[in-house]
Amino acid sequence: MSQYLTLAVNSIAYGGLLFLLSAGFSLIFGLMRIPNLMHGSFFMLGAYFGVSLLARGVNFWVAALASAAAMAVIGAVIERLLLRRLAGQELAQVLATLGLSFVVADLCLMVWTGDPWQPATPPHLQGAVQVAGLFFPFFRLVIVGVAVVIAIALWVMVDWTRLGAMIRAGVDDAPIARVVGIKVSQLFTLIFALGAGLAAFGGVVGAPYLSVYPGLDGEMLPLALIVVILGGTGSLLGALIGSFVIGFLYNFGQALFPDLAYVILFLPMVVVLVLRPQGLFGRVVP
Amino acid sequence: MTRVTPRRVALVVALLALVTLPVWVGNSYYVNIASQILLFAVFALALNVLVGYGGLVSLGHAGLFAIAGYAAALMLEAGYNHLVADLAGIAAAVVAAAVFAVLALRATGIGLLMITLALGQIVWGIAYRWAGLTHGDNGVNVATRPQPFGISLAGATSFYFATLVVFLAAVVAMALFVRSPFGASLRGTRDQPQRMNALGYNVWLIRFVAFLFSGFWTAAAGLLFIYYNGFISPQVASLQASAEALLMVISGGTATLLGPIAGAAIVVIMKNVVSAYVERWNMVLGIIFVLIITFMPEGLVPGSVRLAKLGWHALRKQAGRANVEEPAR
Repeated sequence: MSQYLTLAVNSIAYGGLLFLLSAGFSLIFGLMRIPNLMHGSFFMLGAYFGVSLLARGVNFWVAALASAAAMAVIGAVIERLLLRRLAGQELAQVLATLGLSFVVADLCLMVWTGDPWQPATPPHLQGAVQVAGLFFPFFRLVIVGVAVVIAIALWVMVDWTRLGAMIRAGVDDAPIARVVGIKVSQLFTLIFALGAGLAAFGGVVGAPYLSVYPGLDGEMLPLALIVVILGGTGSLLGALIGSFVIGFLYNFGQALFPDLAYVILFLPMVVVLVLRPQGLFGRVVP
Repeated sequence: MTRVTPRRVALVVALLALVTLPVWVGNSYYVNIASQILLFAVFALALNVLVGYGGLVSLGHAGLFAIAGYAAALMLEAGYNHLVADLAGIAAAVVAAAVFAVLALRATGIGLLMITLALGQIVWGIAYRWAGLTHGDNGVNVATRPQPFGISLAGATSFYFATLVVFLAAVVAMALFVRSPFGASLRGTRDQPQRMNALGYNVWLIRFVAFLFSGFWTAAAGLLFIYYNGFISPQVASLQASAEALLMVISGGTATLLGPIAGAAIVVIMKNVVSAYVERWNMVLGIIFVLIITFMPEGLVPGSVRLAKLGWHALRKQAGRANVEEPAR
């Protein structure tokens, strides 16, 4: 019984990380129609940045924020210089981001070598919390807390602010949004930077738990894909629920059917595609 | 009927060059590279059916390639003979292609690309993690090559000719397919799916059959691959392998017969040459991808033609202007 509870806590923590990864992916896809195949690379590169900072004795949260900021700038540059040139050509954008993801993977291998980096859990976040006679690692709970705070912040931003209203308008009907004076192209850059930053932040926060190694990008990208296919593109709620569903499937699958864990992960996606192609919380785009 | 046209002459010359290749190339290392080019050309031609003629960009085709390879390799390991193993490999890949098609054809465009990517990752996941079936990262060895009609394919040259036979069969099949009413209707569903639907064509079914056709030739390439390497590992099913195949199709030029072949040659030669000098093949692959997509989105073959034409027109314009200006002076 206690084994399952521990698994459940791990699942929620993993779901939290997945949300940080896929929220940006979902917004980028929802608003810009770019399935950004570099998203796993943002996660990995951000994690490497953070790990390097941590190795120099920087505070954990400062490292995470700095890495997120750096990644946001890189994301904005990529959007402005490359993706903007290919505006309207969805396929070209996908392939360009795929090509860049290979370049990033190889650069990371060059700079950080092939050995995995696993930073120690920061001292003030170590230890376990006792709840109802069971011990839970404190750091996992912190990850969940961070994800929930960010989810709420994003929700407030999208649903309650002027910026959010402009984003929603852009998602619904970009040409009309332009007509009423919303600078959709600036929004694109902003969203892309935000998504890249969130992914990097998730990468650093997840580093003590997942560790950072070559191939992490290729492992995270399909997870972001299934979360978004499951939840529906452009829907934050969908990304949140999808993340936790995949978090549970991943952890329980690993524990119960280690051989097939990776396949089980994709089953809900298949079911959703057959029964509800727009995703659980997606709307049908005419 | 048998008029001599430049096209036919080129065809005959190319065929002669291919058939006599082991003679004038000599070194078995280069013969092996030629075999690699031909087998990846079959793969690229198969993918081009969907990408070029169907407008359905699959990023999971390495999954089908690997399924054929793994099925045949595992059957051989279990002691079945080559014919049974190869048929099983092809059957497995075609069935998998049908499953891919049913799921992926829920969407088109970007949605299809994402679904095929995810499906390809499932295949990779099975190959990598389900160690009880696939031996995981250790891969599966293929000890022997088949001996069709008693001819041993163990040598580089004989294997080259076997690959050439499959390659030529694929080219003929593609040429027939492009000219057939079915090929025309597939192109129709690419350009005007709604009109095709209104004309009474079953768009879904046409795309589904195209998937199976593509899956069949992908399987043929996968079988050649395991016999060429004598080995298959999860790497074959990776996203990178799918991307490489797509790069072959796109770099050469989609929806042409020659494009994917040229693309396969470019990628295989680049890969062998570049990896001989630098370790960073992945980075080179990525950079080529970005450059081609940014500057020559229609592919190298049509792209070079376009650039050459542009240059030619510019030259003629200049010459023309010079002629016009002459009398004025």
